[in-house]
Amino acid sequence: MSSEITSAVDRTGTLGAEPVDVAKRHASPQHAEASAGVAERPEHAALPSRQAPSRLSILLGSLGFGLVFLLAWQFVPPALDVPSYIIPTVTDLVHEFARMAARENLAVHVLSTVTVAVAGFAAGSLLGAAMGYILGMSALIEKVLSPYILGLQIAPKVAFAPLFIMWLGYNSWPKLIVTILVVFFPILVNVLQSMKTVDRDLINLARAYSMHRMQIFWKIEVPASMPALMAGLRIGATLAVIGVTVGELVGGNTGLGYLITFGEGQANTAMVFDAIVLLTIIGIVLYGAVAFLEARVLHYIPRALR
Amino acid sequence: MRKTASVLDLIAVTKRFTAPDGVSALTAIERVSFDVRPGEFVAVVGPSGCGKSTILNLVAGLDRPNEGRIQLNGVPVTGPNPTVGFMLQKDLLLPWRKIVHNVEFGLEARAISRAERRARALRELQRCRLQDFAQSYPYQLSGGMRQRAALARTLAIEPAIVLLDEPFSALDAQTKLILQKSFAQTIASSAITTLLITHDLMEAVIMSDRILVMSERPGRIVEEIPVDLPDRDNPMARIAAARSREYVDHLLASLHLQDKAA
Repeated sequence: MSSEITSAVDRTGTLGAEPVDVAKRHASPQHAEASAGVAERPEHAALPSRQAPSRLSILLGSLGFGLVFLLAWQFVPPALDVPSYIIPTVTDLVHEFARMAARENLAVHVLSTVTVAVAGFAAGSLLGAAMGYILGMSALIEKVLSPYILGLQIAPKVAFAPLFIMWLGYNSWPKLIVTILVVFFPILVNVLQSMKTVDRDLINLARAYSMHRMQIFWKIEVPASMPALMAGLRIGATLAVIGVTVGELVGGNTGLGYLITFGEGQANTAMVFDAIVLLTIIGIVLYGAVAFLEARVLHYIPRALR
Repeated sequence: MRKTASVLDLIAVTKRFTAPDGVSALTAIERVSFDVRPGEFVAVVGPSGCGKSTILNLVAGLDRPNEGRIQLNGVPVTGPNPTVGFMLQKDLLLPWRKIVHNVEFGLEARAISRAERRARALRELQRCRLQDFAQSYPYQLSGGMRQRAALARTLAIEPAIVLLDEPFSALDAQTKLILQKSFAQTIASSAITTLLITHDLMEAVIMSDRILVMSERPGRIVEEIPVDLPDRDNPMARIAAARSREYVDHLLASLHLQDKAA
């Protein structure tokens, strides 16, 4: 019994003799675990269908699927005698796109939509985050306002668009305000939630180091809320495009949402489709920008955990 | 300021909490008195829920006692105190900061220059043998290394006393031994006054000069055991010593653990 203990001590004793080396050996079990995890996978892979696909095959598969979809879109509706004012073909869309670019000031409309979407997203994010932090810092304000916030959160924000138009007229303001409103809440809620769930021990640690309230806020709470803020921004980025589109649909004479109603009035289905495609692209770019920012801000979180 | 021989004095300290029902009071610790002398390593052991961590929060100034006094170097503790360093089972490293910036964290509330802060942090990392990992992020370190980084952060504020609340309990058995030795060396070489709170009886025996045994709630100190063993700076030597076993047996008896298991 005692010899067992001694030998254990000897082993660990020699480890302890070279501290830096120990540290490295410390780290290695993690790597070993990680590689063990990878090594385990081939067991599942014994089933051929579960084999991890290569990047190239994924890319080719995706492109192939898209191509088949576009081809089907191009040829199936005409084959079934569906008229092009119901479902225009892909080439119709391309022609209409060229016409819109040449004749309908498409660039102006795109620019207007992008400007309002980005401005609304930025302002909504800023206000939502600021409100989230304020409510997160004051339990009193949060408790007093929470029923109203919940109510506003549930109310369909886009339904306010006609109101804003009645108040502010046919200009960019109603669209901007609707966009701000739809972006505001998910970010507010995410930031507030993260503020309420910051590790109490971290706060106590900062308090023990005699940090005052604002130091705790800037050094602990704000950085700790970043993952939640980023998740909120992702949601906000997709909602921003919806907000601006609804604003433009309801009232206005610029933007892609306007082109949708305009195309509808002319029974120009291709125009409607083109506008939708462009709106989607704007949304994807905005989302991509947020994802890029997130990767930068949250670089300290190992990728597998994100 | 009264002249005193102790770094830390608890004098008949009682702490009650309001129970969740909001009416009845729950006494966490009752009339707890002890002192910790300069350079001494004192361990507090006891059953779970005996108020060990309450003692830590009181000494750290995060909470106030209902009765009794707590003094650090003879000065009553009235709030968070820059001369107390504490460490928990969780390393509490900020994941968004590099290790060196984590070590600097405790110094940021103080009026010292950035360069001085950096110099101190690097010195502590050296002392905890983590100098090669100053620019790493916490997720890149193993659990044991993260705890050493937490110790470096704790020591950087040059505390009069270090409070360790189960700092090794989340680690695997071997890492724990290595880390106990590493901590013991660091603490002994700088003669750091330490209060260790633990449920691990062997840990208390191999690391401390004196062990305080607490009862179940309401926590009282029921026994004080001076540990008369050599090699306080080397727990691995102590763990091999037959007499350590005797101390553990004594603690087992003192806590009536055999009766409870029966």
